[in-house]
Amino acid sequence: MNNALLVALRRLRAPIVLIVLVFAIGIVGLVLIPGTDAQGRPWRMTIFDALYFMSYTASTIGFGEIPQAFNTAQRVWVTLVIYASVIGWAYLVAALLTLAQDRGFRAVLADSRFRRRVRALREPFYLICGFGETGALVGRALDAFAFRFVVIDVSEERVQEVDLLDLAQDVPALTGNARVPENLVAAGLARSECRGVLTLTNDDQANLAVAISVRLLNPDVPVLARAMSREAAANMVSFGADHVINPFAKFGEYLTLAIRSPGSHRLMRWLTGLPGTTLKPETAPPRGRWIVCGYGRFGSEVVRAFRGQDLDVTIVDPDETAIDGLRVVRGHGTDAATLELAGVRDAVGVVAGTDDDVANLAIAVTAREVNAEIFTVVRQSLRTNHALFDAYDADITMVSSEIIANECLAVLHTPLLGRFLDAVKREDDAWADRAIDRLQQSIGVEAPDIWKVTINEPEAPAFHDALGRPDYPVMLGDLCRDTTDRERRLECVPLLLLRGSSQSILPDESLPLQRGDEILFAGQPAARKAQRPMLLNVNVRDYAVRGIDVPGGWLWQRLTR
Amino acid sequence: MNLEKVIFAFFIISAATLNFGFVIGEIDNPLHHHVWEFFAAFVVNVIATVLKFGDRTQVGATHLATSLVAILQLAVAAVVWALAPTGPDGQIDASTMTSIVSLSAGALLANIVSVVILIVETTLQRR
Repeated sequence: MNNALLVALRRLRAPIVLIVLVFAIGIVGLVLIPGTDAQGRPWRMTIFDALYFMSYTASTIGFGEIPQAFNTAQRVWVTLVIYASVIGWAYLVAALLTLAQDRGFRAVLADSRFRRRVRALREPFYLICGFGETGALVGRALDAFAFRFVVIDVSEERVQEVDLLDLAQDVPALTGNARVPENLVAAGLARSECRGVLTLTNDDQANLAVAISVRLLNPDVPVLARAMSREAAANMVSFGADHVINPFAKFGEYLTLAIRSPGSHRLMRWLTGLPGTTLKPETAPPRGRWIVCGYGRFGSEVVRAFRGQDLDVTIVDPDETAIDGLRVVRGHGTDAATLELAGVRDAVGVVAGTDDDVANLAIAVTAREVNAEIFTVVRQSLRTNHALFDAYDADITMVSSEIIANECLAVLHTPLLGRFLDAVKREDDAWADRAIDRLQQSIGVEAPDIWKVTINEPEAPAFHDALGRPDYPVMLGDLCRDTTDRERRLECVPLLLLRGSSQSILPDESLPLQRGDEILFAGQPAARKAQRPMLLNVNVRDYAVRGIDVPGGWLWQRLTR
Repeated sequence: MNLEKVIFAFFIISAATLNFGFVIGEIDNPLHHHVWEFFAAFVVNVIATVLKFGDRTQVGATHLATSLVAILQLAVAAVVWALAPTGPDGQIDASTMTSIVSLSAGALLANIVSVVILIVETTLQRR
């Protein structure tokens, strides 16, 4: 039975009993007091008459139909009964209002509404634990790709903000601690529709707890966990989190890639960009001596990346501790004197990596004042400060919530993209520049939609059928033909073709297809839509691949054969 | 001792006793079944039901179910009584009385179950 209803009934017991008593006493009085009919003969109400009278009087409907006019004794009694019943109703209404304002009761109501909405989800969905900046960013992007999701967050405010995000879907959101396994189950963890759990709170311990709960309660569901330190990340991996995202380590990787191969870095950022972002110009961190301000979780990853590329680093940190082989200057770096001491004049770049956004901006501004040519990398902790950071326009701005969101999407949206990006990391700069040129020609500069096509019976029946026939060769390029005019190209490019265990990166479009091929496309969302009919419908396929406009009906097919 | 428990037990047992008092007698003799006793049984049954609202235990659910059965039976009996044709002496006829009393007897059975649950529950508590 509904919990909220049970609580309400229990709280309303007293007023309901009072009303029942008022009715009972009123009925007894009405039946016992003798009335007088029009001819002056004594007359008594039956119990049913009295109940009928009480029902329309006590509920203040005042219907006014009475069998006989009342005499004085009856009127005195009815007056008393009316007052008593008004008190009874007032008591009930007051109890209802108190109940409606009661925090506990509202929590019960919200909880049961949440459970109902989760139960009503009939499509695959993701479970997001922690809906702060990062969670909201991931949520928006999932919504843009039409994935359903459910939210758990400890803060009631953030749960209320879910409704203000202006999403295309109605998102069930629960105020509660995701560490409590019962909350995870209430959010649909045990459901077969649950496709994955994203634990994105800013508390490593909480994320670890969620990862463990999921592993034990529903081992088949993949877990994506956010970790702010290497130790926590290692811990989570050992407890079976499928993907651990450490934004600082990830940024270190990006930075390494950007130094080694700026083009690959640019290509990668473009392909994993959030919907609505565009291709950025190339930003290659120069080789030379760098200054890193703030040697915390972020600073240490940056230093690790620089040293991996054999760059010289000077550290500016208030806790002056010797770090093997590096010069450390004590201070915050927000003042020119400290930066001068660290040698900002002949440094090629500065990294403002403290955990205070204003201090980071101050460092970057001061550094540019002293050395206008210096390359700036600025860490931005709060996404809400983006107006300040946009105005400053650093060479690289690191926003950890965006890094996490990008990574989540790349993992969830198309696992094949990970293979492609791994390949990008291995290739050199020139290759990446050629790849960008080729993609840009076909699909423009906006961050592309990435999708996968598998040549099999359920996903692409038309092509599955064609490739089963010996006389129907199909090339990869045919999948990029416009189905209204086959000479035109759809705005999409095949990024990767996976056949069994062998993969080819940016495959040639004259490559013949085979059954079971998995192809990763990047392109405009419109191209993705336009491609679908060809995969499903044999007539559309015949037109696109062979240029034959086959008559659709059985009779015409017979006649033209 | 707990006043709430006293009131709870009071209403459950009175619901059963009043119901019993009404039902006892020759089944078709209107003189043996007084309307006020029926009225009292009905009101007390409704109150007993309300008092049982909101208990989430299995025993609580069974309690509530027995009361709901009892008031349902009594409500049907009340409707039969309200619609019954009365003779010249103001009494209703034997066959209608029989159906009223037999419906109330059904309610009595539910009330007895309720009392039994109450007793069992009490004896199981080791305080």
